[in-house]
Amino acid sequence: MSVLSIDNLSGGYGEADILHGISLEINAGEIVVVIGPNGAGKSTAMKAVFGLLRLSGGSVHLAGEEITNMDPAEVVNKGVCYVPQTNNVFPTLTVHENLEMGAYIRKDDFRPRLAEIYEMFPPLAEKKKQAAGELSGGQRQMVAMGKALMLEPTLLMLDEPTAGLSPIYRNEIFQIVRQINDSGVPILMVEQNAKQSLAVASRGYVLVDGQNRTTGKGTDLLNDPEIAKMFLGG
Amino acid sequence: MIPRSQKCFWADNNFKMDFINFYLIPGLVLGSIYALGAIGVSLVFGILRFANFAHGELMLIGAYITYSLMVFTGLHPLMVLPIAMLFTSLVAVGIDHTFYKPFRASKSTIVIVASFGIALMARSAVQIIWGVDTFSYSSGRIQMPMILFDTLRLSHKHVWIVCCSVALMAVIHLILTRTRTGKAMRAMSDSAELARLTGIKTENVVKATWVLGASLATAAGVFLGWDSHLHSMMGFYMLLPMFAAAILGGIGQPYGAMVGGLVVGLAEELSAYPWIGDSPLLSPAYKAGVAFALMIIMLIWRPSGLFKGRVF
Repeated sequence: MSVLSIDNLSGGYGEADILHGISLEINAGEIVVVIGPNGAGKSTAMKAVFGLLRLSGGSVHLAGEEITNMDPAEVVNKGVCYVPQTNNVFPTLTVHENLEMGAYIRKDDFRPRLAEIYEMFPPLAEKKKQAAGELSGGQRQMVAMGKALMLEPTLLMLDEPTAGLSPIYRNEIFQIVRQINDSGVPILMVEQNAKQSLAVASRGYVLVDGQNRTTGKGTDLLNDPEIAKMFLGG
Repeated sequence: MIPRSQKCFWADNNFKMDFINFYLIPGLVLGSIYALGAIGVSLVFGILRFANFAHGELMLIGAYITYSLMVFTGLHPLMVLPIAMLFTSLVAVGIDHTFYKPFRASKSTIVIVASFGIALMARSAVQIIWGVDTFSYSSGRIQMPMILFDTLRLSHKHVWIVCCSVALMAVIHLILTRTRTGKAMRAMSDSAELARLTGIKTENVVKATWVLGASLATAAGVFLGWDSHLHSMMGFYMLLPMFAAAILGGIGQPYGAMVGGLVVGLAEELSAYPWIGDSPLLSPAYKAGVAFALMIIMLIWRPSGLFKGRVF
């Protein structure tokens, strides 16, 4: 059974639809990357999973259970964590408090997990007491991902985690993504950086104008001349 | 008072003590009261994203509930204050559930206008229940002030008001920085959407915000009533200085509101001091104007306030 399946989803924010029947599927252990030009509806599809969208058709299932239009807090309770592209940390809270907020719904002792996160992101351990808003872009991204991982999610959704980052941080983030996936967490990731992201992906989806354009294994898409022309600069 | 022309200001102890006894201390007392109210205004603005014009009425309701409890139990207002805080919190949560919740997704201007309506309704309700006469917490017995260093006169109630205010602010600080709910309040103030995506039950945070805001408003109302007397317009008159304090400190910043409250309170009292010549610099009748002027100057000079709050 797939971890998450989005079937024929349509919807948008205002009157006009942005998504016109999108379908995506993530299986256990996969990294699925969604690429596409600006305005293709990549981020919108992610928000739809979290009930942040007005849906006009289609459905979302999490491990077979329907979660279409469910309240975001409920979706988090089901173990799905979402890291938005921007505004993904609480800027006036310290790094430590941000991670604590990530574990907000946990009732058990999450200190061991906290230690693991600090181990995974060593720069954060040094800046525990600093306000997250004062960190660099790359470190903020680490806080955002660490915060999401505090829950030990069953599915992690990342919206352009490397946008605006320097190449060094970009590589580091991709490495961390692979590391998280190795620990058994399936990942759904929207990326602008098609080449690097498809290289780590199990499968990729190409969205254009709110519709599925093509799909396939990450490496196949990388070698597809049409995709190369569209996104990889020939 | 000795005519100023005969004496050099700071060399003369009488002048110094006049200044401290009649301007500085009342300024601190008033400032503490404003600060307690302004913290609530700031918290509500940060988390619910609207300027609550009915916050003065929460003070009013709190002060009157305290009065009734005092009459009913025969205890000192400070003793029944916690119970009054609880009742006022219930009223605030009830008002939110009935009148503000349906507007949660609406523009903030709509909620602001709604809060104006709530203020009028609440004030009328108080006038119907308790009448329009003034009340007093004190029994009429005059308590002699403490006299320190021969000339420093401290009234007991002023000491109590300032100490209790400082204690309440310390409690608020601990709640916001040490408790799960307090941290969630700050998180939601940073970004309500991210708070929801994190799994924080935002409606519970909203309730906690009203409980804190209403409790502080009750304390502010009781302190104000204790310092002078209770009347049904007291909440309305507090609205302007409380907003001035919240804006001065940076709206949405509870710590800014504490500083803003003290600044506005001191500025109001000190503006009536005879800084030049023998007559007050500004007639005490213009006190409210001082708060208003501070608010306007701040909005022009630095709209985000001293502590970098939000901009209206």
